[in-house]
Formats: sequence, structure tokens, C-alpha cells
Amino acid sequence: MNTRNTGRRGTGTAVTMTLGIAALASLAATYAVGLSLPRTYEQGDYSKLIAIHPGIAWASYVAFGVTALASALWLWPRTRSLAWDLLAGASAEVGVLFTALTLITGSIWGRPTWGAWWVWDARLTLSALELMLLLGYLALRRVPADSEVRARRSALAALLAVLVVPVNHYAVQWWRTLHQGGSLSLTPKDALDGKFIFAMVLGFLAMTLVYAWLTVHRFRVAQLEEDLVDDDLDAALEARRREAVTA
Amino acid sequence: MWRDAALVAGKDLRIELRSRVALNQVAPFAVLVLVLFAFALDPDRDVLVRAAAGLFWVAVLLSSLLAVQRSAALEANDGVADSQRLSSLDPAGIFLGKAAAVALQLAVLEVLLGVGVVVLYDVHLKGVLTLVATAVAATVGLAAAGTLYGVLAAGLRVRETLLPLLLLPVVAPVLIAATRASEAALTGLSLDVTPGDWLRLLAVFAVIYLAFGVVAYGALMEDS
Repeated sequence: MNTRNTGRRGTGTAVTMTLGIAALASLAATYAVGLSLPRTYEQGDYSKLIAIHPGIAWASYVAFGVTALASALWLWPRTRSLAWDLLAGASAEVGVLFTALTLITGSIWGRPTWGAWWVWDARLTLSALELMLLLGYLALRRVPADSEVRARRSALAALLAVLVVPVNHYAVQWWRTLHQGGSLSLTPKDALDGKFIFAMVLGFLAMTLVYAWLTVHRFRVAQLEEDLVDDDLDAALEARRREAVTA
Repeated sequence: MWRDAALVAGKDLRIELRSRVALNQVAPFAVLVLVLFAFALDPDRDVLVRAAAGLFWVAVLLSSLLAVQRSAALEANDGVADSQRLSSLDPAGIFLGKAAAVALQLAVLEVLLGVGVVVLYDVHLKGVLTLVATAVAATVGLAAAGTLYGVLAAGLRVRETLLPLLLLPVVAPVLIAATRASEAALTGLSLDVTPGDWLRLLAVFAVIYLAFGVVAYGALMEDS
């Protein structure tokens, strides 16, 4: 029935294959380098988390930014295309993964360092709010609608959510710093030596590549879904036409 | 735009005057929330006094969900949305009108909740001016953001469950800032808080969402 035979099309190409290999290789390198970091006096083995945690957090910001940018490009009449909407959705989904991982790895690091899984630090609170914003955005996307309607609705919702991020930033910053001073800092600035910086930068690279890889595939799956809807519609139309001819 | 805003606000408030939904349902709900907080926390040990500002604003936030939902529901039935689109009303005017109506209802609600906090939690207000400034800035922001998300979710079948998820993380800074700004004034305790920055943050929030609404409300109305 499917005129375009979508069943045979995958989401991989030579480019994504290369991207995937690069992502996995850099992830493996991060793993190796991260584990080879020396124990530190204050944090013991936990300081090795510096190889992945900042990189994951960075990728979550990238995801948020790409969703916002793609939404803006959809809203801009000259660049309006369904692709931007699908990219915004794909990036937001991968963004949820990275934001959740940020919170999880942060908690694992926070437990031995601060003595609690969760502290009401400004950055933690901001990440938690971002996760909620992303979940709300994705819930809105999942509401069945015509693709044009869904695209406009989601793009506006994304921009609305992005607008609040700076306000959120200052709110939680002042909220936490007015009361207890900047006693908490997520990066041990003074103690960073070359090895740690190298591991951290490698982590940034690896997480960015993983983000890009996942997002490209998710984007293509979304495109295939759209094609499938079109094909089903074509097939249904075709069936009705045949009925009309035979009747 | 302003004339349209006045028309729409007048319409919404007239409907409220006749149907009394906010008065008969939302206001008792808000007071009920205050009472529930007293059940949850120990009313005898000053906990309520110290937390009064936060509890007050949480009650306002929860009630604003209902007010926004009601405001959006007015447009969702009887083909009102379609006729509004066909009418020559300026979308920016419709937005400002609806937001103004919600803001006015919230303001009345806040006065009621303020009395509730004083009576039920035994707090002594001081600095009424700070309180009024906070309430105005926070209410405008809540009404603007709420009206936007209200129309965004209005046409959806899952609006009751989706609206809180969309709106609450967005208005979280309002809760933080309004609580801090009004803490000293509302609880009567001497606290080391300067309300100035928080008030500015509330004002920025309100301006951002008002501006966004004026620009984008037309596009949001189209898809429901």
C-alpha cells in the first residue's frame, strides 16, 4: 500500500555513521581518561565525574538552545519549514535525556561532596526547572494535531519557555545567594590542573557529538513518521478513488 | 487596541458578575488551601507565621490556575473563538482585555487571601506599600503568562492536566520573587531582605509576558 515504501528507509547515512563512530570513540576516550584521573584529597574517586558531568550539562544547554533557535526559525516566515519544527522536537527529546542525566550525575557527585543528594543550589534549581519546561513542551507536542497547528503551537510554547530562562536564572541566583552567600560552587576552580581540564574538555566534545548523533537520528525518525502519515493519506485517497471507479 | 481591550475585559467581568464562578468556586478554594496548609503544618508553633508569605503566594498560584482555566473556557465554547477571529477585534486588545480581567479577579482574591492570612495565621502586616507593589507586579505577570498559556491549551482535550505542567514552571520565578519581596511586609518579622531587586524582577517578568502576548496572541488564537 505504501507508495513510497518507507519501510526500507532507515535513518542512517554515511555522515551519521561517521558521526556515530566519532561520538562512540570520544565517549570511550572520555571513559578511559576519566577513570585514569588521579584521586583527589577532598573528593576521592568522585572527582572523576568531572569528565562527564560538565559535558552532559553543556549538552543539555545546547539542546535547549537548538530547540529555541529551530522554533524561532519556524516562526520566521522566510525560513518556515516543517523540518525546523521536527528538529525542535527532536532536540527537546534528547535535551530531556541530558537534563535528567545532569541532575542524576550531579546528585551522585553532590552526595559525597555536599552530604546530600540534593541541595537548593541555584544551578541545580535552574536545571530542575528547565527539565520541567522541556517536559511540558514535549507533552504539548504529543497532543494530536495537524502538523502545521502543532508546529505553530510548539514554536510559540518553546519561545515562551525560553523567555523565562533568564528570569529564572536571576530569581534562583538571588534566592540562593542573598541568603547563604556563594558558598557552593560546582567546579573546584582552584584545584583544577591540566589532567582534569583535559578530561573535562574531552567530555564536552564527546557529549556534544552524542547529542548531535542522537538528535539527527531522532529528527529523521520524525521525518519518516510524517511521511508515513502522508502515505497513509495517499493510500486512503487511492482506495476511495478505486471504489468510485468500480461502483 | 485599548478600546478592544476594555470591551473584552468588560465582557469577561460581566460574565463573572453574572455567573459568580470566581466568587463561588475559586475564592472558597483559595481559602481552603490556606486552611489545608494549617492542617499540614503545626499552627501553634509559629511555623505558619514564618512561612506565611510563601503559603500566601502558593495559594495565589494555585487559584490563578483555576482563574486562567475559567477565562480560557469562556472563549472555548459556543464558537466564541471563531467569532472572535472573524470580528475585527485586535488580538493584542483581546489579550490585554482578558489579562486585565484575570488580573482584577486575582487582585480581589489576593485581598481575600491577605485577610485570610492575617486572621488564620495570626500575622501582623507591616509595610502595606511594599505589599501592594508586590501584589500589583506579581498579579500582572501571572495574569499575562496565564492568559497566554490559557489560550495555548484552550482547544486541547487534555487542557486541564496540561495547563499546570506548562504554566507552573514558567511562573516559578514569580513565586520566588513575590515571596521574597513580601516576606518582611507580610509576616511582620524583621528579615534581612531588600524588596527592591525582587520587585524589579517581577516587573521585568510582567513586561516580558505582556509584550509577548501583544505580539503573539493573534498567532496563538489561530490554532485552537
